[in-house]
Amino acid sequence: MSRPGQPGRPYMSQTLIDITDLGFAWPGQAELLDIPAFTLNSGETLFLKGPSGSGKTTLLGLLGGVQAPGRGHVRLLGQDLGALSSGARDRFRVDHTGYIFQQFNLLPFLSVRENVELPCRFSRLRAQRASQRHGSVSAAAVTLLGHLGLGEALLERRADALSIGQQQRVAAARALIGQPELLIADEPTSALDADARESFLRLLFGECRDAGTSLLFVSHDQSLAPLFDRSLSLLDLNRAARLLEA
Amino acid sequence: MHLLRLALASLANRRFTALLTVFAIAISVCLLLAVERVRTEARASFASTISGTDLIVGARSGSVNLLLYSVFRIGNATNNIRWESFEAIAQDKRVKWAIPISLGDSHKGYRVMGTSEAYFEHYRYGRAQPLKLAEGKPFADLFDVVLGAEVAEALKYKLGDHIVLAHGVSTVSLVQHDDKPFTVVGILERTGTPVDRTLHISLAGMEALHVDWQNGVPARGTGKVSADQARAMDLQPKAITAFLLGLNSKIATFALQRQINEYRSEPLLAVLPGVALQELWSLMGTAEKALFVVSLFVVLTGLIGMLTAILTSLNERRREMAILRSVGARPWHIGSLLVLEAFALAVAGAVLGLGLLYLGIAVSQGYVQANYGLYLPLALPSNYEWTLLGGILAAALLMGSVPAWRAYRQSLADGLSIRL
Repeated sequence: MSRPGQPGRPYMSQTLIDITDLGFAWPGQAELLDIPAFTLNSGETLFLKGPSGSGKTTLLGLLGGVQAPGRGHVRLLGQDLGALSSGARDRFRVDHTGYIFQQFNLLPFLSVRENVELPCRFSRLRAQRASQRHGSVSAAAVTLLGHLGLGEALLERRADALSIGQQQRVAAARALIGQPELLIADEPTSALDADARESFLRLLFGECRDAGTSLLFVSHDQSLAPLFDRSLSLLDLNRAARLLEA
Repeated sequence: MHLLRLALASLANRRFTALLTVFAIAISVCLLLAVERVRTEARASFASTISGTDLIVGARSGSVNLLLYSVFRIGNATNNIRWESFEAIAQDKRVKWAIPISLGDSHKGYRVMGTSEAYFEHYRYGRAQPLKLAEGKPFADLFDVVLGAEVAEALKYKLGDHIVLAHGVSTVSLVQHDDKPFTVVGILERTGTPVDRTLHISLAGMEALHVDWQNGVPARGTGKVSADQARAMDLQPKAITAFLLGLNSKIATFALQRQINEYRSEPLLAVLPGVALQELWSLMGTAEKALFVVSLFVVLTGLIGMLTAILTSLNERRREMAILRSVGARPWHIGSLLVLEAFALAVAGAVLGLGLLYLGIAVSQGYVQANYGLYLPLALPSNYEWTLLGGILAAALLMGSVPAWRAYRQSLADGLSIRL
């Protein structure tokens, strides 16, 4: 199913995220998000420019099902998140979405391997997928870490014994374990220097492609945008943000 | 199971505070259990101070007072009872045996008790255990003395030693019966009762000590009676302090008690040892309960310390919670983590507390037995102690639900990303 308005991606046909007429406001405040339409296709990598104040955090919260939309619909894999209870949204999130944040993504008191395995402890679906593909959750963690350039010597180290760059790669492995359909990365490279940034992105793209995972990459660093399939600004997307700007 | 692993790993990351918390709980648990164990043992040992005696008879006063001076060697009799009264009652056909007791002298702070051979034969303590001689034999001669185990041990006396008794019962005795020394002929086995702290002599010996006394002072000069002269005299006592009765049939106890209480020729009081012990214990029970309540509060303090430690850690752990949320932990997982944490701290505290208790008992067992006559068993916790421990854990769970609720609310509000 090819959608109009998204040229150049005829082979990426399945819609992963589908937002229609989304509105959200915190209680007692003006509307923060007003997004008439937004889609992300399966396997697509999207650069979303999101300066502070653009409603970025709230949008990610809605996509993760932490909040429910005030009006309109957020569909992930065809499932309307607003129609689910908050517990079901939580379950749905962990089954289908991996996260990487700016920094401090890891639990410092667990080993690298335990950190990577965490999503499989909370999602049976992802544990199953990891086992199916790699034999066991543990093997999946080792393989992913290997692909991201982290050798076995680091596996049992405490997560906070690693450099920031290594930690971000551990976080990427954790977000990708069990092949979630969507990976949301929120400024994951802002703590890295320019060289590390590009190599990190290449590794991330490679792994996303292998796992068939779509990447929603939020950043304010426009220089990274050309590396992605598509690039959007949240300011263009969010009518409420445009009002705030004006 | 995995949540428990997470909770423990997170605790290990804060091991210094965690250890302090565990230690505070351990000390409070140890204190509570120790108080409880001493309480239980003290009550048991108290109740077994005297056994097999059906009635204690003395001059009319209060039952607790009578029990205190006749059995516990504490305090003094208000009055003596006449020998004739003792003889008359002892010869009643319902009476199986009678042990006369004559008090009033002491030796280096230990009470001296004048009694008869019936004492060694019929006196029972604990679970109807008879008195046994560790060494020597019962007194036979006028100036023989049989020592309680503690007296012999504390004063390092052995058979054949000569000792001088003192008039009166104050530790610093004013007048010594130094003209009539006694010979140690027997040492009793340890009983864990006041018997251990008593010197036993015959009634005649007691009489001989005081035969030349008049108006509470020893005779001087020609009035003095030497030890040898005393042997030739009539040493039948005219009065004793109290006596213990064993009856042929328990059924007769109340009838005889009433009869003694209504004894016409002098005012007497007969009490049932069990009832008097109960009465005495209920007096001490207040102190004992207060101790228990205090140790309960110490446990509460330990748990509040834990609550404080966990609550303080919550704010600095917001990121930890957000990370857990982002990898799929639901808010109730976060709440459970904190309850588990509280529970783990309390379990560790309880286990360590038990360890401390057993260590303490193992170390002090001998000392406590020797000095207080209390045998603290190195036994597994009793059902009651398990109940207490269970109560502590339940209280910890209850307290853990406070930070759990806060973390639950917090993680709902914070969502997945928190930047600190």
